[in-house]
Amino acid sequence: MFSETAITRRKQWTERVACLVLGAMALLMVVPLVLILAHLVYKAWPVLSWDFLIRVPANGMRGGGIWSPLLGTIYLVLLSLAVAAPVGILAAIYLNEYARDNWFTRLIHLAVVNLAGVPSIVHALFGLGAFVIFAGIGRSILAASLTLAIMTLPVIIASTKEALSAVPPAFREACWNVGATRWQTIRHVVLPNSISGILTGVILQVSRAAGETAPVMFTGAVFYKAIAENDLFAYGLLDQCMALSMHLFTISTQVPDVPDALPYGTAVVLVGVVLVVNATAIALRAFLRSRKRW
Amino acid sequence: MNRRPFEVLGERLIELVITICGISAIVFVFSIFYFVFREGAAFFFHGFKPGEFLASVEWYPTSQSHVRYGALALIAGTFSVTVLAMAIAVPFGLGAAIFVSEFCPRRMKETLKILIEMLAAIPSVVWGFIGLTIMNSLIIRVFDAPIGLTVLNGGLILAMMSVPIIVSIGEDALKAVPDTYREAAMALGATRWQVTYRVLLPAARNGLLAAVLLGVGRAVGETMAVLMATGHAVRIPASLLDPVRTLTATIAAELGEAAVHSDHYQVLFIIGILLFVITFVINLLADLIVKGIRKSS
Repeated sequence: MFSETAITRRKQWTERVACLVLGAMALLMVVPLVLILAHLVYKAWPVLSWDFLIRVPANGMRGGGIWSPLLGTIYLVLLSLAVAAPVGILAAIYLNEYARDNWFTRLIHLAVVNLAGVPSIVHALFGLGAFVIFAGIGRSILAASLTLAIMTLPVIIASTKEALSAVPPAFREACWNVGATRWQTIRHVVLPNSISGILTGVILQVSRAAGETAPVMFTGAVFYKAIAENDLFAYGLLDQCMALSMHLFTISTQVPDVPDALPYGTAVVLVGVVLVVNATAIALRAFLRSRKRW
Repeated sequence: MNRRPFEVLGERLIELVITICGISAIVFVFSIFYFVFREGAAFFFHGFKPGEFLASVEWYPTSQSHVRYGALALIAGTFSVTVLAMAIAVPFGLGAAIFVSEFCPRRMKETLKILIEMLAAIPSVVWGFIGLTIMNSLIIRVFDAPIGLTVLNGGLILAMMSVPIIVSIGEDALKAVPDTYREAAMALGATRWQVTYRVLLPAARNGLLAAVLLGVGRAVGETMAVLMATGHAVRIPASLLDPVRTLTATIAAELGEAAVHSDHYQVLFIIGILLFVITFVINLLADLIVKGIRKSS
């Protein structure tokens, strides 16, 4: 219809170049991820086995498995979850269902944002100062879990709030109109309709807590602790424990002559745990989105 | 209207608990500041020299006769690694955000977003391990350097760690630009790149700036990755291939060895306060910028 002018041609050429360059940038972000993960698995291959997971470290951490740090991480994650989940979910309910739009609510929002931005090492200092020394708990699983809980609280608050605000206001209004109180509405209408979204946030907290090193390093995690194999209750609440993330740091920097595959194996297990947990959350979210009825 | 009294009481109680949890975030932020400062306060008010701390490169915390707490080299370390990380992560992150938001097909978009989330989920100690092993040997081989644990290594690792934040927040900012802007520009015959460059970038400027700031915040506060990837030389780096040490790495490396409540121990808490203040300001700025857009639009 129209013949191409020079301007159109230049325009289309720029368009193609822009798309290519931007696409390459996006790709360059993803490619290293895949390469790195592949390299980690390749190097870790010799040690990856069921035995690696259920044996305690042996021979001055130059052999054996990762049972003790794995169990420690499970303890830390579950305990921090037990603290962070209720507080975080209730805080989100307050922010989304009760708080009015005033300066005080703004202040809470600001606090949540800043809590999320506090460096992990500052959380470690806080945990040391507040729980270990001031509260007198000492370096223990309890102190480390509390530190982790406060660190991961903003994750839960943010995702729960998102899940709550996705419930249409009409649902609440309908409920209020039949005479229900605020809490009854939340309990019987808002929560059932957002529980899966809330779960997603809780799962993401698990993945964050499992990977953190600095906050547990000075509050409860130790380089080495001997525990029995096949004992799920090997650690007590006030014991110190090993942690997977800390174990990776220890055997890759502090212990000489560790066989190469061991730290790689630990890294693969740590990344594996975190990615599996994340994939669960993502799958759950996708599933929910697909069956949303409003 | 005849509700049983214990029901009313129960509801009051639950609302009270919810309110307490609601304000807990404020309490925690204040108590973080309070307890970190508390541990360093005694030295901060007696014997701490702010001039030496901020302007001297002499960091000899464990010396017998010549104890010095000059953090300038550590600040320079944090600064150099962060600047390099941002020089890499900002163009790539914003480019990827634009691609994901404006250029790529829907299917690919979902996949890319999931991959970005995965990238963000990798623990910092694993990044540190990657820096220590893969990047280290790569840098030694490529640059023929004696050691690969350098500013370059730390910067690259931090860049990969902060890209996901920049992408996801940047994409949110682009998504927040009303579609009518795009349609109006398209109707005038603009290509997607012209729409992006002339319309979207100016419109989403603040949100993109906030994304960059949050990336900076992440890079400044990152601990384990830089502890493992940047080597341990307390000095102002002269080139990208010099090892450095950051503020965060110093705390992590020395806190275990410093005797509780010694001067050295307290200085590490003062560094913690410095970090807290830096990231607080960055986050506050980012938040104000984002809120600014919401109000004006």
